[in-house]
Amino acid sequence: MENCSFEKVVGLNLEATELRLGLPGCADEHDQKHSSSCSYSSSSSSSSSLSGVVRTNKRSSPEESIDGGHEEEPKSSKKAMISQNSSNHDDDDQDKNVPPSKAQVVVGWPPIRSYRKNNGIQQQKKKGEEVIDGVGMYVKVSMAGAPYLRKIDLKVYNSYQELLMALENMFKCTFGEYSEREGYNGSEFSPTYEDKDGDWMLVGDVPWNMFISSCKRLRIVKGSEAKGLGCL
Amino acid sequence: MKKTAYSFPEEVLEHVFSFIVSDKDRSSISLVCKSWYEIERWCRRKVFVGNCYAVSPPILIKRFPELRSVTLKGKPHFADFNLVPEGWGGFACPWIRAMAGAYPWLEEIRLKRMVVSDESLEIIAKSFKNFKVLVLSSCEGFTTEGLAAIAANCRNLRELDLRESEVEDLSGRWLSDFPDSYTSLESLNISCLGNEVNLLALERLVSRCPNLKTLRLNRAVPLDRLPNLLRGAPQLAELGTGAYTSEMRPDVFSNLAEAFAGCKQLKALSGFWDVLPSYLPAVYPVCSQLTSLNLSYATVQSPDLIKLVSLCEKLQKLWVLDYIEDDGLEILAASCKDLRELRVFPSDPFGLEPNVALTEQGLVSVSEGCPKLQSVLYFCRQMSNAALNTIARNRPNMTRFRLCIIEPRSPDYLTLQPLDDGFGAIVEHCKDLRRLSLSGLLTDRVFEYIGTYGKKLEMLSVAFAGDSDLGLHHVLSGCDNLRKLEIRDCPFGDKALLANAAKLETMRSLWMSSCSVSFGACKVLGQKMPRLNVEVMDESGPPDSRPESSPVEKLYVYRTVAGPRLDMPGFVWTMDDDSALRIS
Repeated sequence: MENCSFEKVVGLNLEATELRLGLPGCADEHDQKHSSSCSYSSSSSSSSSLSGVVRTNKRSSPEESIDGGHEEEPKSSKKAMISQNSSNHDDDDQDKNVPPSKAQVVVGWPPIRSYRKNNGIQQQKKKGEEVIDGVGMYVKVSMAGAPYLRKIDLKVYNSYQELLMALENMFKCTFGEYSEREGYNGSEFSPTYEDKDGDWMLVGDVPWNMFISSCKRLRIVKGSEAKGLGCL
Repeated sequence: MKKTAYSFPEEVLEHVFSFIVSDKDRSSISLVCKSWYEIERWCRRKVFVGNCYAVSPPILIKRFPELRSVTLKGKPHFADFNLVPEGWGGFACPWIRAMAGAYPWLEEIRLKRMVVSDESLEIIAKSFKNFKVLVLSSCEGFTTEGLAAIAANCRNLRELDLRESEVEDLSGRWLSDFPDSYTSLESLNISCLGNEVNLLALERLVSRCPNLKTLRLNRAVPLDRLPNLLRGAPQLAELGTGAYTSEMRPDVFSNLAEAFAGCKQLKALSGFWDVLPSYLPAVYPVCSQLTSLNLSYATVQSPDLIKLVSLCEKLQKLWVLDYIEDDGLEILAASCKDLRELRVFPSDPFGLEPNVALTEQGLVSVSEGCPKLQSVLYFCRQMSNAALNTIARNRPNMTRFRLCIIEPRSPDYLTLQPLDDGFGAIVEHCKDLRRLSLSGLLTDRVFEYIGTYGKKLEMLSVAFAGDSDLGLHHVLSGCDNLRKLEIRDCPFGDKALLANAAKLETMRSLWMSSCSVSFGACKVLGQKMPRLNVEVMDESGPPDSRPESSPVEKLYVYRTVAGPRLDMPGFVWTMDDDSALRIS
């Protein structure tokens, strides 16, 4: 695995992927990168710089059930956050700021190692469950057709919803509506995972906590491949 | 042939050289003349390679045929914060294979931020008969199977340190692979492992190794097993506990306290996951001898932290969560007059509101009360120029100063001004400052200060700062000793980079991500500077599919004698002379 050669990726627009790792519960819009700008000029959209970091308040993250659908963060709370932080921005930036209703994610900020991220008393109490180990829970994520693997830290997510949103952004795909009987309906792709026993399951089949403790790796498959999976 | 009055027999020179251990000095010796170069290279035993791509295994082996100790570093520092995508590089395998053939007597391998496979570990286990030290710091790519190979084969192993590595923990069985006859362990750090190791095997291992000085357990080792382990190794100098919680039972507590009291040489403590505050007093017997305390996983509140810390009068190094708060830091300043290093980590880095009463005042107190304080890493949510000024004046002996104000571009909270003057005071007064990390609202002016005063600065980390290329130019043209510069999300572009291209050959590396450096400029840099590898990282496709003026996502430039590397993944492009041909 160390000396794999990778095909050059052409045409696969993964420019948003790197930016979407890390923070849970954020509704991401790919266009944000194009519209956000700072006080320096940039002729293209690949800058990830943000003039304001709007972090979502974990306590208002979406409910755990996957059937909850994709909720957007209430706009009023976002605006409140922006105005709270407004004194921290350059005046220039405020005008060019993205619309306050969108959450933004800054990869790698604050600069702390992943294994330190879940150390607060609040986090532990909030999860209400035993934190299994002090290090991140990194699993590899592959997708049919994508030339290289990604890795994500499952610890960072609190629900299937957050996880799936992150995956959708990372791989620029959409998963349809999940139902126990039919899996992910209406989408080209489905998220699957390999559990501790080596079985491939559909993401969402088991309760979140069970998933977290048994997921060894993730794989995004084409719709047809997913038909055979899932709990009986 | 007549010998000049200046020549000594080789053996004499070799003997003299054997007293010279620092890499810099060794390097200087080798430059004196050809014969000194030759003698030196044959008797060099230890080498440090700060960037594994700056040189290649054949080049290293050709120059230094008799090494016993090799240290290699791979990925750039920002990889720690997920800024370097998976597959980027830093593969240890080619190095290990080459060294297996060339250095049968190799004793020590230390790797940092490299990708190490089980196969590599197996090669190490089988190739070096006198292998003694394996340190894998922030590495990844291996499993406990690789560790089993090391345990089973390295009869003379002294040190196995996996600090902060990402290990695929398949089972705790590997520890049992140390044979019963193996007794030479001096240092074991398995704190990063997720699963439980075979506890019985661990106890037996610990008690049969009389020279064991460092033992850092992982979270899965339950607290009630700790006393046995301690009793098996009363000579321990450094201990990392496992989970520090248990059912609160008086016998468990007294057992633990007694075991700690028996460790008369204990100087360093770490671990403390899941701390139950009522168990903390068990360590009180050793506090007065502690020089190093890592409580950065201890989620306990200020009063408990204060009680503990105030007993550690010899403390030199403290890592702690911001639960200690300003009050706790004030007590620290009053109690620990020998403190040299302080790191305060955020307990809730992504929360929008402060969750603890920790401000700039805590750091000011410590800077006032601890005359030997020279190394600081401090996460907080507010800062002022006045505070930075005070800190700078209090501690002109500061050598490492890393401040992270959690909200990017935060101004001085009192005056709403940029923090240029505050950091300016730091670089001006702390004349021996070698490492600096900036945060908060900063204009080009802070870089002017840094370029003017930061003459000893070796490593600078910058994020969300500056206004223009002038900022970058100040740093590159002014900081004479700069070795590593890492920048993210700053409006620095082509002009400063190209104007200071020659400077880059005097540095180990430059990282710039989410800045304004254009693809065209990267190509020019790559073509102009053949001894630099100019690597562009872009996950959205080949950079030449966009206009030349488009900014690149990430740029990593480093000096090298090994030419462009051959193991780049699909999202990394090198801007050498042939780049134009390769990409199109």
